[in-house]
Order: sequence, then structure tokens, then C-alpha cells
Amino acid sequence: MGYPHAPHPRETTVLSKYFGDRDAISLDGWRKRGGYVALEKALGMTPAEIVGVVKDSGLRGRGGAGFPTGLKWSFMKPGDGKPHYLCCNADESEPGTFKDREIMRWTPHALIEGCAIGSYAIGAETCYIYIRGEFTEPLERMEAAVREARAAGVIGPNAMGTGKRVDVWIHKGAGAYICGEETAMMNSLEGRRGNPRIKPPFPAVAGVFGQPTTINNVETLAAVPHILNNGADWYKKMARPDNPKSTGTKLWSVCGNVARPGNYEVEMGFPFKDFLYDLCGGPPPGRKFKAVIPGGSSVPIMNMEEAEAALMDYEGMVAKGSMLGSAGCIVIDDAQCMVKQIARLARFYAHESCAQCTQCREGTAWATKIMERIEAGEGTMADLDTLLEIGDNMTGKTICVLSDSCAVPVASGIEKWRDEFEAHIKGKRCPFRAAAAA
Amino acid sequence: MADVKTINLTIEGRPVAVPEGTSLLEAARTVGVLIPHYCYHPGLPVAGVCRMCLVEVEKAPKLAPACATSVADGQIVHVHSEKAREARKGVLEMLLINHPLDCPICDQAGECELQDYTFQEGRKDSRYKEPKRFNPVEDFGGDVVYVPNRCILCTRCVRFMDDVAQEPVLNVSERGDRAYIGKFEGKDLTHPWAGNVVELCPVGALLSKDFLNKARAWELDRTASICPNCTQGCNAIIETRDNTVVRMRPRANADVNDYFLCDAGRLDYRWMNGPNRLELPQARRNGLLAEADWDIALGAAAAAIRGKRTLVLASPMLSNEALHLLSRLIRATGGSGAFRVARGPEAPLPGVKDLSLRSERAANVIGAEKLGFKKTDTPLAGLQATDVLVIADHALTDAEIEAASRASAVVVIGTTLVAGLSNVAAVLPITNFAEEEGTFTNLRGRVQRFLQAKAAPGLARPSWFVLADLLGALGESANYFLPADVFAALAASHAEFAGLTYDRIGLRGLPVVGAAQPAGVAQ
Repeated sequence: MGYPHAPHPRETTVLSKYFGDRDAISLDGWRKRGGYVALEKALGMTPAEIVGVVKDSGLRGRGGAGFPTGLKWSFMKPGDGKPHYLCCNADESEPGTFKDREIMRWTPHALIEGCAIGSYAIGAETCYIYIRGEFTEPLERMEAAVREARAAGVIGPNAMGTGKRVDVWIHKGAGAYICGEETAMMNSLEGRRGNPRIKPPFPAVAGVFGQPTTINNVETLAAVPHILNNGADWYKKMARPDNPKSTGTKLWSVCGNVARPGNYEVEMGFPFKDFLYDLCGGPPPGRKFKAVIPGGSSVPIMNMEEAEAALMDYEGMVAKGSMLGSAGCIVIDDAQCMVKQIARLARFYAHESCAQCTQCREGTAWATKIMERIEAGEGTMADLDTLLEIGDNMTGKTICVLSDSCAVPVASGIEKWRDEFEAHIKGKRCPFRAAAAA
Repeated sequence: MADVKTINLTIEGRPVAVPEGTSLLEAARTVGVLIPHYCYHPGLPVAGVCRMCLVEVEKAPKLAPACATSVADGQIVHVHSEKAREARKGVLEMLLINHPLDCPICDQAGECELQDYTFQEGRKDSRYKEPKRFNPVEDFGGDVVYVPNRCILCTRCVRFMDDVAQEPVLNVSERGDRAYIGKFEGKDLTHPWAGNVVELCPVGALLSKDFLNKARAWELDRTASICPNCTQGCNAIIETRDNTVVRMRPRANADVNDYFLCDAGRLDYRWMNGPNRLELPQARRNGLLAEADWDIALGAAAAAIRGKRTLVLASPMLSNEALHLLSRLIRATGGSGAFRVARGPEAPLPGVKDLSLRSERAANVIGAEKLGFKKTDTPLAGLQATDVLVIADHALTDAEIEAASRASAVVVIGTTLVAGLSNVAAVLPITNFAEEEGTFTNLRGRVQRFLQAKAAPGLARPSWFVLADLLGALGESANYFLPADVFAALAASHAEFAGLTYDRIGLRGLPVVGAAQPAGVAQ
């Protein structure tokens, strides 16, 4: 619904249909809106049937990597005598991303229902919802909703009276970006320092507490009840005709220099240009768009030529040199200094690096210091080469991709806005700051 | 052993065949290829964080951490390809940007893996122009100081305390480049085995207070030895500088001590340099004990012993060789032998099977028992006024000195003078364990060799040499030219030692016949 704005006619509101609707928060309210019908249906199906429907729908992970959800679920081997876990990744901490927050604030039961169906489908007795430490309001809503659902017997030892155990627990993170990385999240759940683990073993083999585990994003799980209710074909149809690999609707968080920031839900393959200018209302008055980070701060920055030609699905974003990522769309206008923006991003990664891998621990901080020095007008042309080489050393060489995520915006910034970097170095000051002072 | 599949692969052009599940790093080691690494240590769980051991595996999209990647059939691995070398160069540059580069005042210099690999394949310069991070030196308790500025956060120390000592004391505190090794509130590195973090640290971040600023690594002479301070028999390296022992460190032996040495063991080496050493032989002539030539002193000792029953008080720190010759002396004179052993609290290292600081604090208690010496708290109980007491480097209490003074005569064969005795017939100065070669038998019956680490003081001679001469002076046949000859004679006369030779024992030791070794230990 383009929350907090009224929904735009070109939106397709499935997950966001009840954003802003206070009555949808409670169990009763949710039931009145068709809630828990899908769970009831699911508990009457075999787990393999559910996995089949999800596979058929083409649903892919909404956390950033876009891994096919049904395939991921099929890695779990129920009946191997081990406990199985479903972890819902609600640590939404990718800068620019705030879609899961709204799902949990307004439709907590949608997530619980998705978790319950997912748990049943993969044979997990326990589902943990790992909620970002800073999400106080979503946490309260989710805790209340879980209490309600358990009290009503919707989940618990005898879910919906079927005799099947589906249990959901909430775990609050302590506020670390890296705990959104699935293996770090599992360490955090276990009470350890939130450091990513080396893969293999993959979570489906040895995940949380060393047991088979599946990790899914909030939005992914929240989409599952809709797929069960409306069928895989309905979901599959929401795609570009020439690209069946990305299906369904996608929530986009839009922030930055844009007339109407907020959450938007559109079908996969929506033209990015229309999205930015029509749905989001274009740039603020008197400004022009300069750059867009389409998928959360970890993806390559697009210039407007790329962005305006892009289509909003996994493949469409890759075709224009970036990634869909978490669909946290950060829009930057022509009054902003790219060097400053990128330095700020780099600082974030330097702050959040878990400090395990050498290249990340040292590289993120080093890149930040160079970026900030250039921004302050104290850079040299050699610094640009150094930045690119550091970035090279930080890419593809570490346990997780935090290091890569820091190198990516720096590299794309130097590549696409080299003139701004050079202006800082040659003029020995930030041209934007100078313009503002004049 | 269950059938383990053998995997065939190629590393640096060399064919490798190793059991399934072996890491690339260990597989490379089997064909003599060292893959540079920091966080990996064979005695610790794999962390895979330093990213130094990245290697190129053909057909893999990314470089693989050799410590955390298992071998697979047909893999072709390049350790020194340009891509792998560039990655290591990148890691080394990153590791050094905040490093103080204070090698000239760092204890680790000369045995520092950061220094070694940087010289080997690092950049010649640094592109880092920003201020360096600084943290003050911290006392970690026990024998350990932490110099955070040199730390590369490999977490070997953290993993040792967590998984091997199983007493979590250390952690990684903070994040990003602010990270450092922290200590949990109210905890110190006081675990009896905590000192191992100093060896485990590949750089100069964790240092021994005991060794601090004592010597440069390249000034040290290193000798393969055995820690003599309890019956465990941990394999050790004795390091000397200018003929003085300055440090004792663990020597890896999976059958005894893995990679570790306890604090009590490693720090108890000063006695090897001890003062008040006997340097010259002495003999009693005309009622007066005076320094004398070796021949005269040996003659005086033999004269005192001849025709008398001897009671031999033998230190459990003596070698099997010395104890064997003493047992021959007992047999020749129809006497007996006994010893007392010092005790202390037992302190196991939980992460390693059958490894502990043992309560009996002497190296060769088992050897002494096997060679016929009686372990007792009252070793002089059987001493009669007509007996000759031979004190072989054994400590005496005041009461025992009084008892000893009632013997018909005393022969001292030792490293230090026994004070307060007026009936000493002869004093034969011997070398201590660091100054001679020999073997000990540990509590599991494992016979282990130690080599000579430093020179003898004055005219002191190796214990086996002196005792062979004494037997000769008594008319016994004792033509031994090397400690190996004595050991061969021992092995020939004791069924338990049958088949053992110095060559076979080597530097890893071998159990005596029928010795039950701890389960899972290779024989």
C-alpha cells in the first residue's frame, strides 16, 4: 500500500495489504482477513506436497541471495532422528531495508503462519524468529502475537488440533549487522559471539545447535500462506513473461532523496524508472536523481542510466550491473557528494565487521580512513588505486560477504563517479561542501 | 581401524594420497609443501579466519582456505600460483597496517611467523598512511603479557583456553579493527597449562614474563629433551644461551603431550643452572675431606664400599642408565636401593587424553622402580651402622642427615654437596640431566631420550660415566664408552627393556614391553 502513503494503483498489495490497518494485528483481526486458513490447509497436506507447491511457485529467498525456497526446504531430511530447526531471519539490518519491520508491525500473524507452515514442511519441531535488537515495536507485536497464537492453540504441541507439533519462539538480537548473516545468526541464537561460520557444513546439514536447520527471511515466509491459498500458478503469473525465474510480488523499501519514501509492493519485473518517478514521486523539487542503490547498501551503486533501464527482479537488476539484494532502495540526488555517501557506507561496514577475517577487519577500516581522507580534501590520486586494490583483496576471500559488501560500493563509486573523487583530490576540498557554503 | 577412503590429488604438481577428510593444508604437509598459515594449529579446532592459507584449487570459483577445505579426488591445488601469492601478499599487508613494526624490541623476532612470511613474500613497503591503532600492554595473569598492537587476532589463544584447557578466560572483544583479545571479568590466565598460549601465538602478542627481554631467538641453542619435572615425561626443547638454560618449551609428541607443556614444568628450569654445584671430586685422607683427582676419589669411594653392604639412595631424577649402574653396584655389594619422590597437586589438561601435570614431581620414578629401587617416604629405614650409604643426587631431610651420619661411611655421587655429614669418604661430582645424555621412563612405561643441552661444570662427569668408573674401581667389568652402551647393557639384562636401543627409541620414545599405553595412542 506504499505505506505510509495510500497504495499506488500500480502496486500489487499482497503482503502489504494490511499495512497500517490496526485491526489486522490481533489474532481475531487476522482470522477475519483470511488468516490461518493456509496453515489449516497445510496441516492437511504432506510436507512433501507443501515443498512441491512452494517449489512450483518459483518463490525465492527475499533476504538478498534469492535462493529458491522450495529447493532449500528440500535439503532437509525429516526422519533422520535429529531435531530440525527453522530459523526466521528477522534481523533486517541491511541499510536502506525496512520491509520486514512493517510485516512484523502490522501483520505479525502472517509471519507466524508462514513460520508454522515452513516448520511443518521441513519437519522442524522448533522455529526461532531472530528479531533485530533495535526493533522494539516489532518485537512487542511479535511476542504478543506468538502468545495469542499459542494460547489459541494455533501453534504449540497440538497445532490447530491436528496433533502436529509446530512451535515458534522469539529471540531478540543484540544489535549487530552481521547477525543477519545466517551462520552468525545461528551462533548468536546459541549464545555465542555473532561470527559467521565457515561453510561447509551448510545449515541444512549442521546448523543451529549443530542440527539440520533452514533459514528463511521474514518476507519469504510471509509469502508462503498466500501461495498455499491462491496456488503456485497465481504466484508464478506475477512475473515478466520473458523471465519466469523471478516470481511473485516484492516489497521495496525506498529511502533517501525521493519525494515519497516508504514501502512499496510491486510484481517482479516492474520497470524501475516508472517505480522511481511514478510510484515514489521522483526526486525532491529542484533536484535530479544521481544514483540509486537498489538492493540494500551491499550491492553495486547504479547510475541513472542503468537504473532507468532496469527491471525490478533478480535477473533485471543483475543485467544492469547491480543486484536485487534485500530491495532496500537508497536514492541519492545531485546535491549529494558521492564520496561522502560512500565513505559513510564504508564506515558502517568497518564498524560492523565481526573482526574474524583479516581482510575484512583491517580492510574495511582502512578503506574507510582513505575515503574519509579523500572527502576531507586530503587524498591523492594514488589513493584511488589503493582503494581499488584493497577492494580486490577484500573480495571473495573471506568467510562471509561483509568484506565484499564494503568493497562493492567503493569500487562502483570510483568507477562511475571518478570525476567527483578527482575533484576532491585536485581541489583539496569537497566541492559540494564548498557549494553549500558559497 | 575402519576403512578410510584414500583420496588422490595433486598439490604443487606432486601426487598426494591421504585419507578422506584430511585438510588441504595437512595433505600438502605430507609432500613437503608448507602452506603459510596463522590461525590454523594442528592441536586446536579449525577457525579459518586469518585467510593466509588461501590456495587455488582448479575449477573452484574462489580461492579456498586450505585449513578448512577437505581433500577431494582429482583436485589440482596451486599453493604458489600468482593468484594465491597475491592473496597472501594482501593478507600480509593488512596484518601489518596496524602493527607497530617493532621487531627490534620484540621477543618474538627471529621466531615470528609474521616476520618470516613478510620477508618471504610480503610487500617491501606499506601503502598505509593513516594513524595506527594503539592499545596498551596488558598483564593477562600467570606468566603471560599481552601486547595488543602486535596481535593478528588469529584466536589460537582463545581456542586453546576454550577447547583444550576448557577454562574460557580469553575472548575476542570489540569488532572491526578495534578488536582485541580480551579477558573475561575477574579471570586470569592462571590455569596450570595457560602458558601454552605463548607458544601458540604466532606473533609477539602473547609473551612469557619469565622470558621477557632475556634473549633474542637467534642467540639460543636448542636441544631435544624431556621435561624432568613430573612423571608425565612431556617432550621438551631446552633452550640455552651462553651455556645457561633460559627457556623450556614443548616438543610435539602426539603419544605423550601433543603440543603442550604445563606452566609448572616449563618454568622449573633454573635448577639446571643452579649455583653451589660440585665441581671437583673429593676424597677423605688423613681424616680430612679434600679435593682430589678423579682416580683418587674413585679409589677412596671404592675402598669405602668394598666388603660392605651398600644402601643406595638414588634420586628419581637420575637416568635409566645411571640407575642401572647403581643397581649393579647394589647387586655387587649385596645392598638395597630406595628413593623418595616429591609430590604436588595433579593438574590435567582436559582437552588432551592422558596428559596431566602428575603428582609425582620427578622424571624417572617408574624407571627407578623398574630397576629395583623402592619408592618410600623413609628411604633410610634399612640403614645399619655397618652399611655404606651411597647418596646418588638424592635430597636429604635433617633427620635423614642425622641417620646418614651413623652409617659406617657415606659416598656422595651428586651435583651438590650434602652438608652436615662427617663420615663422607668420597664425593664424586656428576652432571645434571641437562648436562648429559640418557633416558627416562615415564609413568606409562615409555622410554624417552634426552640429549645434552649444556656443558658440565668444572670436572663433573656424566653420572653413567662416573658410576661405570666406580664399578671398574670395584673390579666389576664396566667398559662403556657411550650412554648408548650402558642402555644396551640395561636392555640386555632387563626383560622389560628388551629390544630397545637408542636408535629405535629415537626422539619420540618407545614403550617398554607390555606397557599399557593410553587408548588411541599410536605405538
